[in-house]
Amino acid sequence: MTAIPLDQGLGLAAALFALGLAGVLVRRNLLFMLMSLEVMLNAAGVAFVVAGARWAAADGQIMFILVLTFAASEVSVGLALILLMHRRNSTLDADASYHLRG
Amino acid sequence: MHELLWLVPTLPLLGSVILMLGAGRLSIRAEAAAGALSVGFAAVIAFTIAGGFLLSPPAGAAYEQTLWRWFDVGGLSVTIGLRLDPLSLVMMLVITGVGFLIHLFATEFMEGEEGYGRFFAYLNLFVAAMLLLVLGDNFLTLYTGWEGVGLCSYLLIGFWWRDPANGLAARKAFIVTRIGDTALLIGLLLIASRLGTLNIAGAMHNAAQSWPAGSPLATLAAFLLLGGAVGKSAQLPLQTWLPDAMAGPTPVSALIHAATMVTAGVYLIARTHALFLLAPAAQYTVGGIGAATLLLAGFSALAQNDIKRILAYSTMSQIGYMFLALGVGAWGAAMFHLLTHAFFKALLFLSAGAVTMRLHHEQDIFKMGGLARRLPVAFWSFLIGSAALAALPLVTAGFYSKEAILSGAWADGSSGRVLWAAGVFGAFITGLYIFRAVFIAFFGEAHTEVSGRYGWRVILPLTVLSVLSVLGGLIELPPAFGHVTLLSNLLAPVLPATKEAASVVPLLVASLAGLLGIGLAAVLYWRPARPPAETPLWRFWHAAAGFDWLYGRLLVRPVLWAAREGADDVIDSVYDAIAWTARTLHEQVRRTQSGRVRFYTAGLAIGSISLIAIAMIR
Repeated sequence: MTAIPLDQGLGLAAALFALGLAGVLVRRNLLFMLMSLEVMLNAAGVAFVVAGARWAAADGQIMFILVLTFAASEVSVGLALILLMHRRNSTLDADASYHLRG
Repeated sequence: MHELLWLVPTLPLLGSVILMLGAGRLSIRAEAAAGALSVGFAAVIAFTIAGGFLLSPPAGAAYEQTLWRWFDVGGLSVTIGLRLDPLSLVMMLVITGVGFLIHLFATEFMEGEEGYGRFFAYLNLFVAAMLLLVLGDNFLTLYTGWEGVGLCSYLLIGFWWRDPANGLAARKAFIVTRIGDTALLIGLLLIASRLGTLNIAGAMHNAAQSWPAGSPLATLAAFLLLGGAVGKSAQLPLQTWLPDAMAGPTPVSALIHAATMVTAGVYLIARTHALFLLAPAAQYTVGGIGAATLLLAGFSALAQNDIKRILAYSTMSQIGYMFLALGVGAWGAAMFHLLTHAFFKALLFLSAGAVTMRLHHEQDIFKMGGLARRLPVAFWSFLIGSAALAALPLVTAGFYSKEAILSGAWADGSSGRVLWAAGVFGAFITGLYIFRAVFIAFFGEAHTEVSGRYGWRVILPLTVLSVLSVLGGLIELPPAFGHVTLLSNLLAPVLPATKEAASVVPLLVASLAGLLGIGLAAVLYWRPARPPAETPLWRFWHAAAGFDWLYGRLLVRPVLWAAREGADDVIDSVYDAIAWTARTLHEQVRRTQSGRVRFYTAGLAIGSISLIAIAMIR
């Protein structure tokens, strides 16, 4: 089985990252923004794994596990925040809460 | 005992610190004890040191104690040092001795007042600063004390701060004396830069070496020092603050504005007499200022109804006598009058305070009347003080010191004769105005209720000061009466000898002038006690020849006008522009803080993409 070429792997990571970023910027629903954020995190994870495979090092996979852990904790906090904001504003529209406007 | 000299200014300072730190935590008794005893102990030490000094005078008639080096920069080395010589010895005894008696009086006088501890904290601080002023061996220490007493004077004039008029009086005193202080500071800088030292003895020695008599620099330096002395001692043209300073409590008027601080100018000139001897023009001016002030203040005192204002103008007038003495080179006579004046003027103020504290702070003499029988203690003290002030011949201290001054003036040639005539006429006015107050306030019909009795803390200081006002003159008697020269012998190492009039005629004339004034007062004011009609002449002298009006028009109003008009000038617009720029930028940048999370994310994304792009392109 041949390894995935580095440029193709990184291209996939970049595409995923761009999709995630576009999702965060474009979607107004907080839940979808959170999911897009997950996509961005996973794009970074793919980049680590591809790079680890290219140099045959375990570091990439270790970093991916770290990213997963972070993502899990981030999601738990993020979901709790979204729950609270929903209770407060009875909507999930991110643009509806701009109380910190200067 | 000399080694304990540093304790003399330190003890009052300690008392002040204790009172300040213990504010609100000490009982009234503890505050009174800390306030009076700190000065009392200082007085005990001062008198012990004085005893040692008189019994076995140190070499060179001066004892120096260097405490520490303040700074040493650019060849100018300044130490904090104390110097005890006969001149500062006399001042130290007056400050601690009379100061203690006044503190004792104040512990009873101020009872029930708000801020009892604060009062004594300021008063102790004043004593410490005044002692530093007279004991300092260099001009910078002297100046520190000089400013310290000015500060305490300001704080104590405005002691009853709830009345805005008192605060105004305090600010006036502070600002007017500050004009003199600035002149003094410039004079000190001139001395430091030209003579290379700030040590008083050293500077005087160098001045005599390097400046010929009448040289412009010596004259300039002497005039600048005179400016400081004039401001502090309330002489023409900076005299306007003293009558308003009577807004403070009476013990303050007795201690600061009669016995000690206002005589600092006399002390300064006596201390730097070597410089004034090099500048005859400045010395003539001193005498002229003294004569003019003593007459102006004497006339003004005649047109006052407030007992404290009468005494304030009388203080001004008596310091005028001291300046006159300095002007004619009668240095010892000036110090002698300073000493006796401290006794009888403190006595007058304290007995006036004793009167007003029984009359619910009524100070108008026309509302008193008939107090002689109802307040005998205050009456006799005030009478003795008045007799001493009016120089009642033979039996009062004021007679001998005033005679010494007038005799010195008589002996000083033709210009001295003019000053002598002014002094004699002043003696006549003095007898008139003070016995006017005595007859109106203490005789005739009663106009007010009197309540309460005096405690020992009022009676003791009045008694001691009465005795001193009578017997204090015996330390120095003119040739016609036994020729005792205790004080001039003591002062001989530091002050040149005073010339004395050979004949007895001037002495007789001056004594008669005082008696004539007293007699005229008896004729005019024995019977009726009606307030004077407000004639233009009376109004003119009531306002002390209109100096307040003049300065108000000439200086205060233009300055206020300029301040108001200059509020929006060119320089101000620069700062306005800075403020405008900051505000405008703020309005623009504020918009980026939209509070929308997607906007921030977009900013992050664009920023990181730009950074990466830059990194790749380079």
